[in-house]
Amino acid sequence: MNQSLRQKIFIFFLVTPALIILLGVVVYPFVYNVIISLSNMNLRHIKDWEIVGFRNYAKVFTEPSQPDFYVIFIKTVIWTIVNLFFHVVIGVFLALVLNQKEIRGKGIFRTILVLPWAVPQLIVALTWRGMFNYEYGSINQILGKVGLPAVEWLRSPTEAFAAAIITNVWLGFPFMMVIALGALQSIPHDLYEAADIDGASWYHKLRTITLPLIKPVMVPAITLGTIWTFNNLNIIWLVSNAGEPSDSTHILVSFVYKAAFNFYRYGYGAALSMIIFFILLIFSVVFMRKTKVTEAVY
Amino acid sequence: MTKSHTKKLIRVTFSYVVLIIFCIISIYPVSQVLTVSLRPADRLLSTSLEIIPDNATIANYINLFVKTDFLLWMWNSLLITSSVTLTGVILAATAGYGFSRYKFVGKKAAMQSMLVTQMFPATMLLLPMYIMLVNLGLINSYLGIMIMYSATALPFCVWQMKGFYDTIPSSLEEAGRIDGCSQFQTFYLIVLPLAAPALVITALFSFMSSWTEYVVAAQILQDTAMWTLPIGLKSFESNMSTEWGLYGAASMLVTVPVVVLFLVLSKYLVSGLTLGSVKG
Repeated sequence: MNQSLRQKIFIFFLVTPALIILLGVVVYPFVYNVIISLSNMNLRHIKDWEIVGFRNYAKVFTEPSQPDFYVIFIKTVIWTIVNLFFHVVIGVFLALVLNQKEIRGKGIFRTILVLPWAVPQLIVALTWRGMFNYEYGSINQILGKVGLPAVEWLRSPTEAFAAAIITNVWLGFPFMMVIALGALQSIPHDLYEAADIDGASWYHKLRTITLPLIKPVMVPAITLGTIWTFNNLNIIWLVSNAGEPSDSTHILVSFVYKAAFNFYRYGYGAALSMIIFFILLIFSVVFMRKTKVTEAVY
Repeated sequence: MTKSHTKKLIRVTFSYVVLIIFCIISIYPVSQVLTVSLRPADRLLSTSLEIIPDNATIANYINLFVKTDFLLWMWNSLLITSSVTLTGVILAATAGYGFSRYKFVGKKAAMQSMLVTQMFPATMLLLPMYIMLVNLGLINSYLGIMIMYSATALPFCVWQMKGFYDTIPSSLEEAGRIDGCSQFQTFYLIVLPLAAPALVITALFSFMSSWTEYVVAAQILQDTAMWTLPIGLKSFESNMSTEWGLYGAASMLVTVPVVVLFLVLSKYLVSGLTLGSVKG
């Protein structure tokens, strides 16, 4: 057997098993969703649905819904950017702090800092909802202790949205911290030693050694983090109790969930899902072009 | 004391202050759950800021084992989660390597389509997924849920492994090949040990994504004997009133295995194995 054929077989066995599982579990539901999005499936037509074309898509953009599609879209973008910004900044910062050789008790710090990730989201969301309670919640009580006025966290739109963001920031930074810690381990120490000999400053080393070398690991995590946050139903749904007050705290995905599972508008929900999917697709393509993540660094 | 010493002292002190502040932020909400689990009556809310409440009791923990199927749920969850983790680590370690080291037709398309699978709102995959599993006879089966979980965790794991392999210089493998290793041997004996931190992240991620998952599990595992922990926990609130005490106690116990796993794995996360393996 010649060299290149052997290599081809090796590659085939490396890559195929993972791809088969993905194709089977994702492609079929995807095609099915495309069909539903073109149909009139809802509570009245649950078995006898038929294809109606792009009517559902038109409805998303033109039907005056309460709340408005464009408002929810902007909220979703704000939700994603604010969350991701704090996840990455806090996560990378803590990883850098933890990675210093002078720090003692690293194991304990790491374990405690990863707790927000370890607790099931369902519990996290309900606990924070309790903490945001106006009369009983510990957040208002702590605010009171330091002389600040209590905030109506869950009953006004902006504050309820902020409450959901705070919960999600708390929940998400350990993940980025763990990824960054892993990435930092791949940087050879001699690079820093060489930089020290050259008299490079702390900031200079961060810019020219640390950040470029953790980039190949961080960029996929950030891309996926953006997509997950954009599509994160659990936190916004549970903290705001299904969009309270009066459906003003929705992001796109919780709005879809409400349309599909509370109002049984399956066709409309599927069409909106397709739109969410295309928004994320465009984002990822642009982001990956810019960061060139599919190419190797060495 | 020299100037650089003072600078170092300030930096280290600042680091500890930062770490302690973030530790408090991380622990506080968890301590709230602990408080709820130790409260005698089924109350979620109280104006007290104490962590250990007055007349604290472990009755909720005892009830959890005596009155509910908590141990069964724990066992089911462990079985499913460990299989998913093992599958995830093996498939991602191999696929990631293929994507990192070799050029082949459709590589870019395959990488990108894996990312695409993450973009679809999960709630809308539920209905078609359910129909598909019914047709395959995989409802109420561990195999069904293991496949679903592996598929959800894989894209991130493969990308993550690929990113990490990219940072390992390929000169190491060339050296191995010259010394007479086969392709598989260079992968298994040289590259894989160096990728330990990434393998740990893959394992943790696979574990976490199935350990606390509720929505898919609730669709597939309808037989109460097959319930996992999140479904069991949710059942405490399905009655007229939520049993907050049981809920809190169960939440604390659900978190324990994750913390243990992290303690065990984290020494590999920072093993720094690349140290000294590349000269120059």
